[in-house]
Amino acid sequence: MKKAFSDHLLDWSGRLLVLLILIFIALPFIVVFIVSFNDSSVVEFPPKHWSLRWYFNAFSYEDFVKGLRNSLMVAAVGSAISLIVGAMFAFVFNRYEFSIRRPLHAILMSPLIVPNFTIGLGALLLAKGIFVPRSFGLLVLVHVMVTLPFVVRGVSVSLQNFNQAYERAAESLGASPWYILITLTMPLLLPGLISGWLFAAVLSFNEFSASLFVANLRNQTLPIAMYNYVREYADPTLAALAVLYVVTSAAVLTVLHVFFRLEKVLNVE
Amino acid sequence: MSSDHQSSENVSARPAVQIDGVTKSFGNTPALEPCWMKIKRGEFLTLLGPSGCGKTTLLNLIAGFLEADNGELFLGEDLVTQVPPHKREIGIVFQNYALFPHKTVAQNVEYGLRTRGVPKEESRARVKEALSLVKLENFADRKPRQMSGGQQQRVALARALVIRPRVLLLDEPFSALDRNLRVSMQIELKEIQTKLGLTTIFVTHDQNEALSMSDRIAVMSRGRVRHVGSPQEIYEHPKDLFVATFVGDTNLFRARIESSEGRTRLDIGGRKVEISSEQKEPRDLPSAVIVAARPEQCSLTSVESPDAIPATVAVVVYQGSYVELYLECEAAVHGRIMMRDVSKSFFHIGDKVGIRLATKGLNIFGSEQEIG
Ligand SMILES: Nc1ncnc2c1ncn2[C@@H]1O[C@H](COP(=O)(O)OP(=O)(O)OP(=O)(O)O)[C@@H](O)[C@H]1O
Ligand SMILES: [Mg+2]
Repeated sequence: MKKAFSDHLLDWSGRLLVLLILIFIALPFIVVFIVSFNDSSVVEFPPKHWSLRWYFNAFSYEDFVKGLRNSLMVAAVGSAISLIVGAMFAFVFNRYEFSIRRPLHAILMSPLIVPNFTIGLGALLLAKGIFVPRSFGLLVLVHVMVTLPFVVRGVSVSLQNFNQAYERAAESLGASPWYILITLTMPLLLPGLISGWLFAAVLSFNEFSASLFVANLRNQTLPIAMYNYVREYADPTLAALAVLYVVTSAAVLTVLHVFFRLEKVLNVE
Repeated sequence: MSSDHQSSENVSARPAVQIDGVTKSFGNTPALEPCWMKIKRGEFLTLLGPSGCGKTTLLNLIAGFLEADNGELFLGEDLVTQVPPHKREIGIVFQNYALFPHKTVAQNVEYGLRTRGVPKEESRARVKEALSLVKLENFADRKPRQMSGGQQQRVALARALVIRPRVLLLDEPFSALDRNLRVSMQIELKEIQTKLGLTTIFVTHDQNEALSMSDRIAVMSRGRVRHVGSPQEIYEHPKDLFVATFVGDTNLFRARIESSEGRTRLDIGGRKVEISSEQKEPRDLPSAVIVAARPEQCSLTSVESPDAIPATVAVVVYQGSYVELYLECEAAVHGRIMMRDVSKSFFHIGDKVGIRLATKGLNIFGSEQEIG
């Protein structure tokens, strides 16, 4: 069948549009990528000389190293707590009906609509009010609050797809509630738990505006260290860091993808 | 496999399952009215009734998934009303199989032995035995989703049997299968059940399934057990109009009872029909009654004959070995009756015919009774 000219036009203009959108999305990164190899300490585009010095600088700058360590710690502890607490809430919401179910659910999900800086500010004021210093614990708490809704969402979806007849069958076969949890419920919910946990970890690692209020100098996270750096220096170190950031994220995403293949290996429908 | 049970059979006075006045409501709606029932060892009992009548509720109460509001439940000698499901030693087969998707067939079957801490060697032997019982020896390493519905349901059966349950519960296990497979699974289950002497409670809303498999049937409606009896009793002597109409095809006629000189006659639409005296005591009944006649208790005759109920042929359905006739009849409760004509005589729509009722085996009910 022959296509009309207008169809051709639509077809090609459509493709062009998609291409432009893709370029538009990728453009900032491409610029940052190129700039990160610029030898000059003044950001210029396009660069005249090339070098890796900003990468070495990023690795040797103490605040970044400490920030990375802090960020990883906060993300690890925060996402783990978020996963456990979130999974438990999701379980309770899925299985039980009680009077404060709806309000409780609304409160837990509220960080989805409340801006992060509001949460950070609120946590700071509250901590001041009850004389809690800005500490690692407080930082982790804020990160748990921010990431919890995503874990609850993710695990809830998996629970909704989970057939309770499995548990009944297991019960009739003599399995205690704990044995069922370990041998059936957990393995079958594993993909949901893993993706919820990874999501929480990535969110926590990138979190900036809430952390800004509750982190102190000693436990500042990487995004805060970057923010502080850019206020003082204008060299391409941040560009180098950004490239590292993106490359690492891509690596994590690849791992994630492998995990979703793992789903098939685990034979979970 | 049943050797465990047989030894206790002789000393035990109690039935395998005894339900004593168990009730269950969800909120304010009663799902199960007070229920009394005894199920003998090795018996195949079917719970039969329309959707929402409380079959699954009763089954879940026996399994322990629901807690009874009132009453008591015994499994053999043991009072289990308060016992959690995982300590009741009951085997269950669900309509949607509920096989564990991340485990192989063998692992599925083995699950109930693991929870009991059965030694590896014995466990392996018992899994093998159970799988061969359902003719799936060669499927041990498959995953459930690599199998057909019928095969999956056989795995579920093996998984329930391998623990040597005190009672086997099945909730509409074959309703997701196509007709041919359903019939062959029915036969297979019945064979296994008889071989093992397994006490079985089977839920269905398919009356043919109930009639062909059961030792006894419990017909339920609206949370109440209406009639418990052998398939023959249920079919031939239904306790009430609901049972009569729910199980098998039934034609209902409005009638008056007339007794004189020890003889009982029915007046159906002005025609007098003699019935034999072995019939239910007429004086227990009001004079206005409803007569239930199975299609095979109706025969065709000339409309002129004095004991024939007049009717008009409305629909003729050719069924191969017989012809199904739907007749319009004023004396019939629903204005219409159905009968099977084995002689396949040619009838045309609009033909006037007479219906003659058998003199024996008719069931007569008080007409104020509920019709199912
Ligand atoms: N968890 C529940 N909460 C509230 N009502 C329920 C619940 N379970 C069952 N019911 C009600 O109890 C009644 C009996 O339900 P049940 O599931 O026992 O019916 P059933 O005979 O198994 O029907 P079906 O043939 O459709 O499976 C129904 O009216 C149903 O709506
Ligand atoms: Mg049911």
